[in-house]
Amino acid sequence: MSPLDRIANVSILKQHDVHKLYKLEKKPARSSSDQLCFLLRPRLASVRLVAELINADKAAGRARKYKIIFSPQKFYTCELVLEEEGIYGDVTWDEWSFSLLPLDNDIISMELPEFFRDYFLEGDQRWINTVAQALQLMNSLFGPFTETYGIGRCAKMVHELWRDKAEESEVDNMDRKPEIGHVFLIDRDVDYVTALCSQVVYEGLVDDTFRIKCGSVDFGPDVTSSDRSIKVLLNSQDKVFSEIRNEHFSNVFGLLSQKARNLQAQYDRRRGMDIKQMKNFVSQELKGLKQEHRLLSLHIGACESIMKKKTRQDFQELLKTEHALLEGFDIRESINFIEEHIDRQVTPIESLRILCLLSITENGLSPKDYRSLKTQYMQSYGPEHLLTFHNLKYLGLLTEQVSGETLTAMENKVSKLVTDKAAEKLSDAFSSLARKNNFRAISKKLGLIPRGNGEYDLKVPLDMAYVFSGAYVPLSCKIMEQVLERRGWLGLEEVARLLGGHEFVTAAEEPRSPASQQVILAVFLGGCTFSEVAALRFLGRERGLRFIILTTAITNSARLLES
Amino acid sequence: GPLLQSERPSTPGARARSGLGLMNRTKGDEEEYWNSSKFKAFTFDDEDDELSQLKESKRAVNSLRDFVDDEDDDDLERVNWSGEPVGSISWSIKETAGNSGSSQEGREQLKSRNSFSTYTQLPKPASTYSLSSFFRGRTRPGSFQSLSDALSDVPPKSYAPELGRPKGEYRDYSNDWSPSDTVRRLRKGKVCSLERFRSLQDKLQLLEEAVSMHDGNVITAVLIFLKRTLSKEILFRELEVRQVALRHLIHFLKEIGDQKLLLDLFRFLDRTEELALSHYREHLNIQDPEKRKEFLKTCIGLPFSAEDSAHIQDHYTLLERQIIIEANDRHLESAGQTEIFRKHPRKASILNMPLVTTLFYSCFYHYTEAEGTFSSPVNLKKTFKIPDKQYVLTALAARAKLRAWHDVDALFTTKNWLGYTKKRAPIGFHRVVEILHKNSAPVQILQEYINLVEDVDTKLNLATKFKCHDVVIDTCRDLKDRQQLLAYRSKVDKGSAEEEKIDAILNSSQIRWKN
Repeated sequence: MSPLDRIANVSILKQHDVHKLYKLEKKPARSSSDQLCFLLRPRLASVRLVAELINADKAAGRARKYKIIFSPQKFYTCELVLEEEGIYGDVTWDEWSFSLLPLDNDIISMELPEFFRDYFLEGDQRWINTVAQALQLMNSLFGPFTETYGIGRCAKMVHELWRDKAEESEVDNMDRKPEIGHVFLIDRDVDYVTALCSQVVYEGLVDDTFRIKCGSVDFGPDVTSSDRSIKVLLNSQDKVFSEIRNEHFSNVFGLLSQKARNLQAQYDRRRGMDIKQMKNFVSQELKGLKQEHRLLSLHIGACESIMKKKTRQDFQELLKTEHALLEGFDIRESINFIEEHIDRQVTPIESLRILCLLSITENGLSPKDYRSLKTQYMQSYGPEHLLTFHNLKYLGLLTEQVSGETLTAMENKVSKLVTDKAAEKLSDAFSSLARKNNFRAISKKLGLIPRGNGEYDLKVPLDMAYVFSGAYVPLSCKIMEQVLERRGWLGLEEVARLLGGHEFVTAAEEPRSPASQQVILAVFLGGCTFSEVAALRFLGRERGLRFIILTTAITNSARLLES
Repeated sequence: GPLLQSERPSTPGARARSGLGLMNRTKGDEEEYWNSSKFKAFTFDDEDDELSQLKESKRAVNSLRDFVDDEDDDDLERVNWSGEPVGSISWSIKETAGNSGSSQEGREQLKSRNSFSTYTQLPKPASTYSLSSFFRGRTRPGSFQSLSDALSDVPPKSYAPELGRPKGEYRDYSNDWSPSDTVRRLRKGKVCSLERFRSLQDKLQLLEEAVSMHDGNVITAVLIFLKRTLSKEILFRELEVRQVALRHLIHFLKEIGDQKLLLDLFRFLDRTEELALSHYREHLNIQDPEKRKEFLKTCIGLPFSAEDSAHIQDHYTLLERQIIIEANDRHLESAGQTEIFRKHPRKASILNMPLVTTLFYSCFYHYTEAEGTFSSPVNLKKTFKIPDKQYVLTALAARAKLRAWHDVDALFTTKNWLGYTKKRAPIGFHRVVEILHKNSAPVQILQEYINLVEDVDTKLNLATKFKCHDVVIDTCRDLKDRQQLLAYRSKVDKGSAEEEKIDAILNSSQIRWKN
């Protein structure tokens, strides 16, 4: 499902005299209409396709009117391409600043998956304005935010740009009653670990297995147990889904079977009914029950399909390895496991994911392991992955330890970089250094690995670690919890330093309205996973807070690495 | 506000003249020239202090900016199908559907209520409406006049053709946007001339303003301008110390596909590895295998790290082999004389496949070939130094798929110096068993390998999982685990040979059970 489907379906567009809809492809325009309108993301490839199409029309001596609508905004490079292709002036354009797509009651997505690559890999800050704009929109809709916190270079830039915008248009929202008390901005590169872990809450698993697009998923024939796929909208409207989405997978079966029993009981009630009751039942309850029945069977089907797939790929063993990596024991065994994964040509992304997890948790691979694993990876999945490795190294996702340099030396170096003002200016050049993960130290400081003795009861979770089977508290969410609790970074300086710095906090002097203090806008720059969403929902329930998540896109390990 | 778009010299001649002026003067002259011309531009008959006048107008106009901006926006940039201005998408849709007259009227009213409407109604040169016009280079055809032309007819005054305008109008055309204002306007997606930032200092200030605003789109817009108006060397030199801008330029060059300039840039920055990688990346766009091979050959000498150089060399060699194998096998297959190809037709070409896939292919179709041939597995193993583990895994998968159990057997059999044979596997026999099972090996074969698993628990688990009854029973007997054997008895079929065997063991008096 595309973002457009979520807000305007074909019939709405037809009501507005849209004659026909086409997907932009590398093909001549089939439409016979003499007005063409293109709705585009400002990507050069798309603009080039439009240019090709118009030039083909021109060559055929066909005159039409063309309009491009760039969403959420136009980039100057797009204009450059229009000009270079010689169609500048033949096309008119407009911008549609459609940047916030509410996926659910508490998730707003900007649907910009390219944000991650553009910013973190290429260093292009083109989306920063878009995000600042979105913040400003939220700010003007829901009253001024009272407190903003953040960590990460990008978060800081977005924040500055947003402040700038807010000042420019201060006039119109001063008198509004604030509805959102806190805003927390976080860069994805502050916490890669969480994004790289296998997800085990239901919604995350569904995303990892079937890929949720714009809040909707395509369940294939193996789930629907029929010969066609069904598109299902997954949100809090779905009564069955809303009860299981945040649950640990092991818990989902129980809940589903309980629901099935309840449903059976509801149906059974009709046995003792007289005509009138029956009439009532049919007119009032039956539809709901049927609906629930349909949903229930879908989710049971999905569970079965997930189970089948996961058993086939030794999911248990995989989780065991991940947990070992997070806790930092049996590293050699984990490396052997990863090596075997690679040698057996298990999916390239899967192998890469645990490889990256190994690197981050271990502060880079030893040169010997790095070389051997890299070689084997390229032998298994193709030599062109040389480029992949280069990119991952740049991102700090998969690195080689600098020989002879101990962890502390590295930390010193990093701290020097961060505190020294002059060095900060050049921080881009050193960012790969600064981004070095000191995962182990951070994990210890924040208590990310629960020390519980014995079994962790996943049915009655104690903390956010339940989203990873009680083995690990998502770092991103833990930072938010800590900072919100302390209303700032006081006492967390060391953690912030280990995370690469760029933390900030600003508080407005305006009187706080108590209701708004319970509402927190969590902004993820570069994507957030459903596991993080579930963890924040849990935290909200525990603390009586309401988290609203604003993300550049919903992500997971596969999307992260593919991009 | 936006009314203050600079008006560029309107005739081609004027543009050329200004260019030539720069070329023909020494630096000192030049400053004087610019200063004087600028000074003259603001000499009005009825004014004493031109500068204060200018400042005042700037203040006034800046204070109006927000007010006027919206108006301007609509006027200049938003145009619907029929060329009429519209404010938003929804509007444009409505207008396309219905009549646009009423809204147009409303806008006119709005305009006349605006006391500054005279500003908005000023004629604006079409070229300033679009940003692209500011990106337009001096090199456009017709923009240069001949040298003599330019020299003969260059009174310094004529550089400011708007001099003769009435005062009020002149003020509105003043092009006094500061770099910071300019960048702000660009951020809003508005039209703004960059053309007047001609000195290097101005250009760099503009760039720095853009960078400090953090908006990548604006940074790139400024870079496009700088790229066009600065020589490569100067541009590179200045960007070398401006990392954020540099990364934007690199991304921009990648995006528009200006590979040549990108490579020049890396060369200038002495980023040899990126240079090499960037060159290497191009092979992905070459479809023809021969051409790709030739291209890879050119990559071999590039300044990669020692480790990566070896990978590039391997990549080249691999494709070279694949081309040979592919040609040979396609021929064999179409001739239809070779049994293996008839029985198992190839599903896809081997070209551009990873090494391990190639090895699998070779183990599948060319297993018995002598080491001397390019397509033999042993040759591949040697050429690419494939580790034992990897080799055995792959060969095992291929031979098991063909159900060539004898080959599987040979794979793990080693002879020691005394001539005894022994089974050894670099990957652990439990993996071997799993792979064999996946290829539905018969029970006897599975059994043999399960017995080779050293760890007893793993062995029992595997045997139970794959229903190798004999192994389970024997292991239980060896462990003297009566309870487990009893439990297993309930799992086997009634009256089967296995049940009999279990009973025999359970009844045996020879065994001293531990439980």
